[in-house]
Amino acid sequence: MEVILAIVIGVLYAGGLYLMMRRNLIQLIIGLGLLSHGANLLIFTAGGLRRGGAPILAEGETYFATVPADPLPQALILTSIVISFAVTAFALVLFLRTYQAVGTDDVDDLKELQK
Amino acid sequence: MIVLPVLPIIIPLAGALLCMLARRSIRAQKGIALVTSVLILLTALCIFSVTKDGTIAVMNVGSWQAPFGITLVIDMLSSVMLLLVGLLAIGVSAYSCFDMDEPRIKFGFFPLMLILLMGVNGAFVTGDLFNLYVWFEVLLIASFVLLALGGEKVQLAGSIKYVALNLLSSALFLAGIGILYGMAGTLNMAELAHVVQKESGDGLLTMVAVMFIMAFGIKAGMFPLYCWLPASYPTPPAAVTALFSGLLTKVGVYSMIRMFTLIFDTDPQFLHGMILVGAGLTMLSGVLAAASEYEMRKILAVHIVSQIGYIVMGLGLFTQLALTGTIFYLIHVIIVKTNLFLIAGAVNRLKGTYSLHQLGGLYKERPGLSILFLISAMSLAGVPPLSGFFAKFTLILAGLRAESWLIVGVALGVSLLTLYSMTKIWSYVFWKPAPEPLPDLHPMSKGKWFVFLLPMIGYTVITVALGIFAGPVFDFASEAAAQLMNPERYIHAVLGGRA
Repeated sequence: MEVILAIVIGVLYAGGLYLMMRRNLIQLIIGLGLLSHGANLLIFTAGGLRRGGAPILAEGETYFATVPADPLPQALILTSIVISFAVTAFALVLFLRTYQAVGTDDVDDLKELQK
Repeated sequence: MIVLPVLPIIIPLAGALLCMLARRSIRAQKGIALVTSVLILLTALCIFSVTKDGTIAVMNVGSWQAPFGITLVIDMLSSVMLLLVGLLAIGVSAYSCFDMDEPRIKFGFFPLMLILLMGVNGAFVTGDLFNLYVWFEVLLIASFVLLALGGEKVQLAGSIKYVALNLLSSALFLAGIGILYGMAGTLNMAELAHVVQKESGDGLLTMVAVMFIMAFGIKAGMFPLYCWLPASYPTPPAAVTALFSGLLTKVGVYSMIRMFTLIFDTDPQFLHGMILVGAGLTMLSGVLAAASEYEMRKILAVHIVSQIGYIVMGLGLFTQLALTGTIFYLIHVIIVKTNLFLIAGAVNRLKGTYSLHQLGGLYKERPGLSILFLISAMSLAGVPPLSGFFAKFTLILAGLRAESWLIVGVALGVSLLTLYSMTKIWSYVFWKPAPEPLPDLHPMSKGKWFVFLLPMIGYTVITVALGIFAGPVFDFASEAAAQLMNPERYIHAVLGGRA
């Protein structure tokens, strides 16, 4: 399982970085999305893939009979998904505004503005 | 005392919410922003007085014992950063009351500014790695909006670069956090430091450390990842640039200092050596890029990069004296740089341009403003007896003691080129006769002009005072550096006897 996920993460990173280096703004934002998915999966995998019960002790128990699954990576990923959702939404609006103001979605044309 | 560490986060949040409630009244928003800024400074002073003798203030949020809950930790470095945030908040909000245009205020300039301050303060007080990431995102999203607010074409184009590169840096940071959690099973910085010491020499650890260098390097504007900075910083109004230059890159630098003194201090030969090389190249490329610019605001913005190089140089040398220099330089550069941007904003307010070719003769017209600029510019270049001299002197002394001749040579050369850039601005904008006289865009009465200049006068006085009282400042920075070099005290303060 780790191997498959490692390959998936690698593909997500490679695809994300490739798209970020394109000149098109929409491809840039899709690239950013792939990159954050890659990071989320990385946390999930690095945190340890384990088949186990919920880490909840029943009343009276003082230790886990079987090693439970670690809930923390999931909490971290949830937080980062929420954050990247907000950031992506903002970036989309920003790119749309830029497209409307400048009339192009080519990053190279934006460079001309700064001279 | 117990709730003190959380106040720097709550106060700006409350101010931002009040500002949003008062969104119809510009006057009320200005008042709220000013009062909140004063409160931020007062809390910072309280915290400073508690921590200045070396006490580390710790608060476990929600009473969850460290390392399980989120811990807020304030040591001497954090407390001095909070103090600087307070000073900056007052100056920038007072300046914005005059110079911020109405549409921007109506679209929420003040609430955004306060939320940015909350994010910055949060990053300075947190003792939890993932929480640091969250604060980074808070301040980033506020800064995205502040940068794009107004929607001019140049601003939008600059914002895209800023957004894209900062999101890349966040993704790297997040991936680093994930791997570190996989290795250590904790995110509490003190416990991480404790666990990581056992893993020294592990190749994976070095890789994670390099990922953190990349992530914070992008945010701090280090070589070779600074290209977003010259593209975006000179585009928004002067108050926003002043705030960004004072705080945003410095949060990146602060996080780097925190991580590489507390957690990744296991392999200084390689990691800190790498940081040192980066520092030298950062200084050099920043100052050379600035030398080729002919716009006041752009020169200052590109110079941020070279100053980041100086700050990081101390971390790269990694001795107590070098870190003392780093902290001294941080204090100095935050005040001086903000001041220079505000002065540039004042020039633009008078004449409507930043271009060195169009401006001229300001010394004759506005001697007061010119003197303020001259003092700050000379301090930035490192002319004694101003604060910049002592900060650079400490760093270079540390470099000589560590026998890193090359970095000392680079630092001295860059210092000369800084002087060149500053005298260029001085002679073009203030000294040479105006090519064609530009009319005053916003004529102000003498009294009003003085009030407008108050923040800049305040910062200039602080610069001079930092130079005159360099002894006590140096002693404080030295103790803060000692605290950083001996992370056991930090670990013990957070984890108590459980470490």
